[in-house]
Amino acid sequence: MMVATDAYPLIDYPDLDRVMLYRPGERITAGRFLAEAQYLADLLVGLQPDRPPTAAPVLNLCQDRYRFMVGLAAAAQSGNVSLLPSNHADDTLRHLLECFPDTVCLHDQVEWTLPAPQLAYPTAVPALSSAEAIPAVAGAQQVAFVFTSGSTGRPVPHAKTWGKLVRNVRGAQTALGLDGAVSIVGTVPPQHMFGLESTVLLCMLGGCPLWSGRPFYPADIVAALAEMPEPRMLVTTPFHLQSLLDSGLAIPPIAHLLLATAPLDRALAERAERQLAAPLREIYGCTETGQIATRRPVESLDWTLFPGVLLEVDPLPDDQAADATESGVFRASGGHIEVPIRLADRLDVLSDGRFRLLGRLADQVNIAGKRSALSALTAQLKEIPGVTDGVFFQPDPLPDQAIPRLCALVVAPERTRAEILSALRLRVDPVFLPRPLILVDALPYNETGKLPRAQLQARLDRYRESLKP
Amino acid sequence: MTTGTPNDDLPLMHEVAELIVSALNLEVAAGDIDPDAPLFGEGLGLDSIDILEIAMVISKRYGFPLRSDNEDNVRIFSSLRHLTQHVAANRQQ
Repeated sequence: MMVATDAYPLIDYPDLDRVMLYRPGERITAGRFLAEAQYLADLLVGLQPDRPPTAAPVLNLCQDRYRFMVGLAAAAQSGNVSLLPSNHADDTLRHLLECFPDTVCLHDQVEWTLPAPQLAYPTAVPALSSAEAIPAVAGAQQVAFVFTSGSTGRPVPHAKTWGKLVRNVRGAQTALGLDGAVSIVGTVPPQHMFGLESTVLLCMLGGCPLWSGRPFYPADIVAALAEMPEPRMLVTTPFHLQSLLDSGLAIPPIAHLLLATAPLDRALAERAERQLAAPLREIYGCTETGQIATRRPVESLDWTLFPGVLLEVDPLPDDQAADATESGVFRASGGHIEVPIRLADRLDVLSDGRFRLLGRLADQVNIAGKRSALSALTAQLKEIPGVTDGVFFQPDPLPDQAIPRLCALVVAPERTRAEILSALRLRVDPVFLPRPLILVDALPYNETGKLPRAQLQARLDRYRESLKP
Repeated sequence: MTTGTPNDDLPLMHEVAELIVSALNLEVAAGDIDPDAPLFGEGLGLDSIDILEIAMVISKRYGFPLRSDNEDNVRIFSSLRHLTQHVAANRQQ
């Protein structure tokens, strides 16, 4: 079909009979996908008959990657925006619905007790005839809002337009050397920026067929790979990769390994390449920018920027200078980035334009690939009724701990530990729940009213000591 | 049901509890885990990262892989008792 210059096709499949999705015992063609997206778009509009379709954002909570993708396409082709929170804590979703009052929730597993109209993904979709044309979406259309937790812990939306997402996928194909289609198995959720870009969008816009499930255990990953045609790409996290390599299972041939969410230990990267005989590449980015750089750790620990992306040093006001480093705070812009974004990591930019990661700025934590600010978690904690004071911090890692966890000191004379944990569970992603949560009489403020990290760690050490028999 | 049943392998249940506590550096004693409390969410408060860590040690110790397309998956991790029963039924070593 003719596509205006400022619009891009919803999917990049010249042959609509090509298989786009694999699920156990089922193959779904591009034409069938488009027909199902149209069917779902009609259902979504039917939920709110009195509203014009553009007035209803879609909160896409689908766990199944195929259903998520149909939901995304259905919303985009009818001019709607999809809301993609990376955590589904009850409190997060409620705040999000306050910000987007006309939202419709699309889900495929459980009824949510949310104050918004809901549509359960139909378990039986009627037989549909394959679509014959690919809809186009305006490049400037906001098709998704992804979310970060702001300094108060409230979700902050970041808009993604279709044109920039198309550019993002083209950049990934170039940067990752994906010159042909690969079939993709992903362990990361589709609502997370990495999962969205490297599974869902690579399928829609990069012609890469996708496994619909989200394999969890090593044996699930092996089974999913076995169902997919070669060449295959596994999109995963360091933690899942480690458990796959340790499983001792026979793994079907993999052509590409793509990892993100936390920098990979070089020894693990070397072991993975040796054991799986595939190049392993990592993605660097954040929710706001999406993927902006890549590296192959066995070749170099330095990161190469995606096409068109720029890094600039951002001067900081003096009162924030303590958080910065000698080299300053960096701002990423250009390429597919929607608006210039200050990065949460300290970088060293090399003369050839590549960069090295030096660590995170103070206050930023990354637990099993999920990022947050300690200040945001602390703000959430202090909002719990009965909590008079409290603080989150990241303790020194324990020697045999695969994933480091956070600790919280809490002053709450009238509440129990279990009560506070239950209240926190509604507010924050489970990976950030404190382990341990220590009830104290007062926090160890110093004379300038600050909470030195060493004092917090000392309090934790005393607590651990007290538990020993 | 909070008491043992004739089918329960109590030494195995204790062994599985010990594996969970040591793999995750939990602050509870193995003997204090309620056999019927949920391992996810409210009870022990574990999340999916923990479940994968437990799955790794279970697979290594008892020689069988866990699968989530198994219809019982939710049930397996619903409590220490169910996890123990699953191990007893599937262990290769």
